[in-house]
Amino acid sequence: MFRVIESRMIVPNIHLLAFEAPAVARQIQPGQFIIVRPHEDGERIPLSVADWDAGQGTVTVCLLNVGKTTGEIAALEEGSRIPTLVGPLGNATEIGEHGSVLCIGGCYGIGSLFPIARALKRKGNRVVVLLEARSSYLFYWEKRYAEVADKVLYITRDGTRGWKGHAGRLPEILQSLAEPVHRIIINGCTFLLKRGSEASLPFGIPTTVSLNPIMIDGTGMCGVCRVTVGSATRFACVHGPDFDGHQVNWQELLQRRKAYMNEEVVPLRTSRCEDHLMKK
Amino acid sequence: MESPKPPKKKLDLNRREMPKQSPEVRRHNFDEVALGYSAETAIEEAVRCLQCPSANCVKSCPVEIDIPAFLEFVAQGNFTDGIRVLKETNCLPAVCGRVCPQEEQCEGSCSLVKKGGQIAIGRLERFLADWEAGQPEMKLPQVLAPTGRSVAIVGGGPAGLTVAGDLIKLGHRVTIFEALHKMGGVLVYGIPEFRLPKAIVKREVDYLVRLGVEIVTDYVVGKTRTVDSLLEEYDAVFVGSGAGLPWFMEIPGENLNGVYSANEYLTRMNLMAGFLFPRYTTPIKNHRRVAVLGGGNVAMDCARTALRLGAETRIIYRRSRTELPARLEEVENAEEEGVIFEFLTLPVRYLGDENGWVTAIECIKMRLGEPDASGRRKPIPIENSETLYPVDAVVCAIGNSPNPLIASTTPGLEVGKKGNIVVDESTGKTSKPRVWAGGDVATGAATVILAMGAGRKAARSIHEYLCSL
Repeated sequence: MFRVIESRMIVPNIHLLAFEAPAVARQIQPGQFIIVRPHEDGERIPLSVADWDAGQGTVTVCLLNVGKTTGEIAALEEGSRIPTLVGPLGNATEIGEHGSVLCIGGCYGIGSLFPIARALKRKGNRVVVLLEARSSYLFYWEKRYAEVADKVLYITRDGTRGWKGHAGRLPEILQSLAEPVHRIIINGCTFLLKRGSEASLPFGIPTTVSLNPIMIDGTGMCGVCRVTVGSATRFACVHGPDFDGHQVNWQELLQRRKAYMNEEVVPLRTSRCEDHLMKK
Repeated sequence: MESPKPPKKKLDLNRREMPKQSPEVRRHNFDEVALGYSAETAIEEAVRCLQCPSANCVKSCPVEIDIPAFLEFVAQGNFTDGIRVLKETNCLPAVCGRVCPQEEQCEGSCSLVKKGGQIAIGRLERFLADWEAGQPEMKLPQVLAPTGRSVAIVGGGPAGLTVAGDLIKLGHRVTIFEALHKMGGVLVYGIPEFRLPKAIVKREVDYLVRLGVEIVTDYVVGKTRTVDSLLEEYDAVFVGSGAGLPWFMEIPGENLNGVYSANEYLTRMNLMAGFLFPRYTTPIKNHRRVAVLGGGNVAMDCARTALRLGAETRIIYRRSRTELPARLEEVENAEEEGVIFEFLTLPVRYLGDENGWVTAIECIKMRLGEPDASGRRKPIPIENSETLYPVDAVVCAIGNSPNPLIASTTPGLEVGKKGNIVVDESTGKTSKPRVWAGGDVATGAATVILAMGAGRKAARSIHEYLCSL
């Protein structure tokens, strides 16, 4: 069992949870993920890791409450325990001496991007961060980013902070930077990954995206997370989660992610009132 | 004076049937299909054994169970000693009695097989294990005094469980590391409830725990911790990580929604109890028409699962019924339940709708040519024989490779062409000192009992090594 050390909503609908998982905390690298199952009858879902403390033996995630299982995790109380937390899974993000790196994060990806930006900075890269949200009140960890990034830019759909719009404005943002960018790394929802990759393609800047398909075991056994990258089928859990954003078949990924859209929401609508009668 | 000969036993070729749920009933439930012998039937069946001196049954058992001895005890109605004999060499009798291909092993080499009256050894093994489970107290075998030596086992499937069972009894400290949240490997994620109830696997695992085996679930060796790191803490490591890398057909449309690997389909259903959605929160779709590709036991399991969820289910297999690699018993069960078989049929592409869901599978018809390297007649495509089967799900059950996670994170471990860890067959030794391997990770996808046999051999070799320290 894995104890919940911290559990709180940091901005509307985005929750931060820290778990006691010393074996995972000792090994984890930026860009890797864990698989969590919140209770014995629960589903296994992958979550990108936003931070960890090897000394304290804790692992932190940021997640968006969107369906049945994320809702259950978001509702976990401090001090409670969950039956499954397994990791670190997937490959670490390549932390090379790239030169100047533009890190783009949105939603839960603002969390998972942070250790990547921090590691890139420690490696001596120039780190520019672009955070995307629907509105200014959905940003978090700005102070943490200010400590590791050379520059932090914001873009909001409603224009309440920084640029107005979304990652599709990347070409203008790149021009306004007036400095070379040698690599782009994007963490967040599939639309952000797709838009960012499409926008960077004409600039020929290598773009790494952290994919987030449906997974079950996370060790390459089931193949539900398969994605087409270039002409090959890859398993995001073991070959990824990072891939070349210019090679990913986005339409297929978006469709595969939607496979259980209905089922994710069905349990939210069933009251399970009968359980009160059935339970001893 | 002539010594009186013992009275010659009358040859009884009447192999006693084991009751089953009727097909009409069982196709609507996930309860076990076969119901097991009663004590009376078990005794009747065991009495038939000739106790022949050749005992070919023992020679063809991968874990060398003393079959005549346990049959003799059953014949006497002495089930306590019967189970004791069984458990001397087999720590998973309730599992083996259900899923071993006995027709190719013990029963296939029974002296009575030519007359069609081979002893139902598997059913009797199962009977004894189930009888013991019903007893108020389970007898634990003697565990030798602690040796102070320790073994880490990677993977809680049949191979790992066997190694654990053997080595714990010899007094070694044993820890099993399992990647999933439940012990049992393919026994829990792969084989369906109606063929191997999960309570039975749990019972066998609990037995090992009572013997002193330490179990760590949710722990991916190769990720959470490397084999090299385990070697710093343990005297030896056994890798039994299985064949967890699914094959796909590699034909157009394979990444459409509704196309599953057998591993995914079965894991959703068995490990995650998807058939109880939404009480259990892992979803499975309510498919109406399912095609299962392949002809092995896994294909039968997938098809019979889909059928139980109410789908019209077809098995699509490129050769004929004769070449089906699945056990005949499973094929017959599937046929009785109403699975449709499309033999000599090869899928060539999947068709999908605008939302990316599979809607049909296009196949061509085959004919059989000369035998190929596997000894089976090679299927040859028939031109212009395209056929379209409308489906809303396809399960690809055409095989698995060894999972590369351990091999790719363990320097010094020799790996074969098919991704298998190379081992010495008689000992399970790998190219890396203090590391043994066995089961599907060494052989590629095979059977539960072969993995257990490999585990048995490796345990023997590990024990020798530990005693030499």
